[in-house]
Amino acid sequence: MSTQFAAKRLSKELSKISSSLPPGIELVSADNFEEWLLDIRVLDNNPLYQNQTYRLKFRFGSSYPIEPPEVVFVKLPDRPIPMHPHIYSNGIICLDLLGQQGWSPVQNVESVCMSLQSMLTGNSKNERPPGDEEFVRGNRLRPKDIEFYYHDNDV
Amino acid sequence: MDSDDDFISNMSSEEDMLPDDSDNDMSNYEDYGFDDEPDAYSDSQKETGHGKKVAYDFSFKVYQPSDIQKQQDDLINEVNMILDISKEEAAILLRYFRWNKERLIEDYMDRPGQVLDAAGLSQSAAGPPKIQVIPGFVCDICCEDEPGLESFALKCGHRYCVDCYRHYLSQKIREEGEAARIQCPSEGCTLIIDARSLDLLVPQDLTDRYHELLHRTYVEDKETLKWCPAPDCQNAVECAVKKKDLDRVVPTVSCLCGHRFCFGCILNDHQPAPCELVKKWLKKCADDSETANWISANTKECPKCNSTIEKNGGCNHMTCRKCKHEFCWMCMGLWSEHGTSWYNCNRYEEKSGMEARDAQARSRVSLERYLHYYNRYANHEQSARLDKDIFHKTEKKMVQLQKESGMSWIEVQYLNSASQALQTCRQTLMWTYAFAFYLARNNLTEIFEDNQKDLEMAVEALSEMFERPITELADPKLKVEIMDKTTYCNKRRVILLEDTAQNLAEGKWTFNVEFSGSAANGGPSTRR
Repeated sequence: MSTQFAAKRLSKELSKISSSLPPGIELVSADNFEEWLLDIRVLDNNPLYQNQTYRLKFRFGSSYPIEPPEVVFVKLPDRPIPMHPHIYSNGIICLDLLGQQGWSPVQNVESVCMSLQSMLTGNSKNERPPGDEEFVRGNRLRPKDIEFYYHDNDV
Repeated sequence: MDSDDDFISNMSSEEDMLPDDSDNDMSNYEDYGFDDEPDAYSDSQKETGHGKKVAYDFSFKVYQPSDIQKQQDDLINEVNMILDISKEEAAILLRYFRWNKERLIEDYMDRPGQVLDAAGLSQSAAGPPKIQVIPGFVCDICCEDEPGLESFALKCGHRYCVDCYRHYLSQKIREEGEAARIQCPSEGCTLIIDARSLDLLVPQDLTDRYHELLHRTYVEDKETLKWCPAPDCQNAVECAVKKKDLDRVVPTVSCLCGHRFCFGCILNDHQPAPCELVKKWLKKCADDSETANWISANTKECPKCNSTIEKNGGCNHMTCRKCKHEFCWMCMGLWSEHGTSWYNCNRYEEKSGMEARDAQARSRVSLERYLHYYNRYANHEQSARLDKDIFHKTEKKMVQLQKESGMSWIEVQYLNSASQALQTCRQTLMWTYAFAFYLARNNLTEIFEDNQKDLEMAVEALSEMFERPITELADPKLKVEIMDKTTYCNKRRVILLEDTAQNLAEGKWTFNVEFSGSAANGGPSTRR
């Protein structure tokens, strides 16, 4: 029942984003209702992200959109991991709207992409989160199982 | 560890803690019949003799589920009457104010609008929300728009179809264990879903779970209430001991189900050791700190490649297995530089060598000291388990005993009380060793160790009797002995706890670690 629920919603989202997406967001692949790939670019001239394209991987659980999707940046030869104090160098994103507490079922793939775009746009710090190296080395958890502590909301 | 080791580690721990006294530790063990100790010792006995109110006991109350429900209902009804708001709203407000009725009423009287907003109650006066069919409605969650779609919205007007609402609520309740603070599904809307709206939307089994979770928040929100941690026990315990008091008291409470636990940290009864030391001790036993200590006490590193080397015999001429570096174990210098002084390092007395040796000696002493206490702690823990096993077997034998000796059920109960006593006393003994590990030596520790020794001897004697074969247990003489010993054990335990608790309350103990009682900075987190 719930897988059907997710599939129904995702097919509606897919038909919408296949026809139109906001500037700077591109659908790369959506072959099933489990994993989608999208590319995003930062549109203004923030020097940190100029001329770069970033690859996002969405994974949907069976209770999407009640539960948030798992969203990470993926590293490829031409797709780096963006520099940001809330983005770990392995692509894991610390953003409250992707956690159970901050997620709202009204959100969707498009709105998540837009939030990430604006999160990058608004950033001026060329740095990784504190303890990045240690976290990246030691982390074996899926993003949804990590207890993030959202401490600053300014960046 | 045999008795020789005991003696050495006792001595070394003393050296460690109180260098001034180290010249005559022997006397500490042999002459305590001659100095002022006996007085102090009998004093502590006297105190417990007449003092009815024992220092390690606390007033606490156990509540069963129906009591907890009644307390909540009473509070809700009261607020409902005083503030003239619905019971659902009163419940949400009370939960928001963590059941602090006085503060709620005061704040609400001052600025009702702000209070309602903050608690997630909107102020519109329209009737209670209901399920509706609205023409042309599209659900923002599932994107469904078929005609006749049933939908629901809270007072905020964020409307979603009933199916999505159900999914949302069951996710929150079943998967996330939320109840009191489930918000409207809309992004950024902080309106809280009240019990009546929820009952309207979800099936019965989920409502039951919801109410159970709600009911739990009452206990979790109140600082003076805690759930009994025993499996399947639904009772809660009320105790007035606060977090900041935990450096002065060890608030052991016992639930109606028989489980005894510490109200401060929810762990099993750990008298006489205060929570903070218990936490430190458990961490120490679990982590690698003593492994590191062992390594530094027993090994050196190759000066070239830093491989860790344990010298288990042989001469001082070391050749590192890994990098083939040749060096002297004594001075750690190059072997080739030893010239003619083969196999007899003449740099031994050099300052750097002395320092290294001292550091190693200190590590050894500290390790031995830890092992001394840990072995005894672990031994009592294990013995308590074994005593329990034996009791389970004895339980069967009690039946047998009744048949063979013609004793009645009541008459064989002494075995039950003996087993109980053994386990409680061992639990206490176990923690006396963790406690002692953190104690700095002074006259009080001597008294403490005497009490500990007396209790330990009594317990071991009882334990030995308890293990006798069933044929011997039938002997009425042994029965009397066991009963006497049981009483004696319990009495020794009371004496020990009374003494430690009193000194703790008066802040008389000196610890060899930082002890503030500020367990607050690491208090039990309320994670699901």
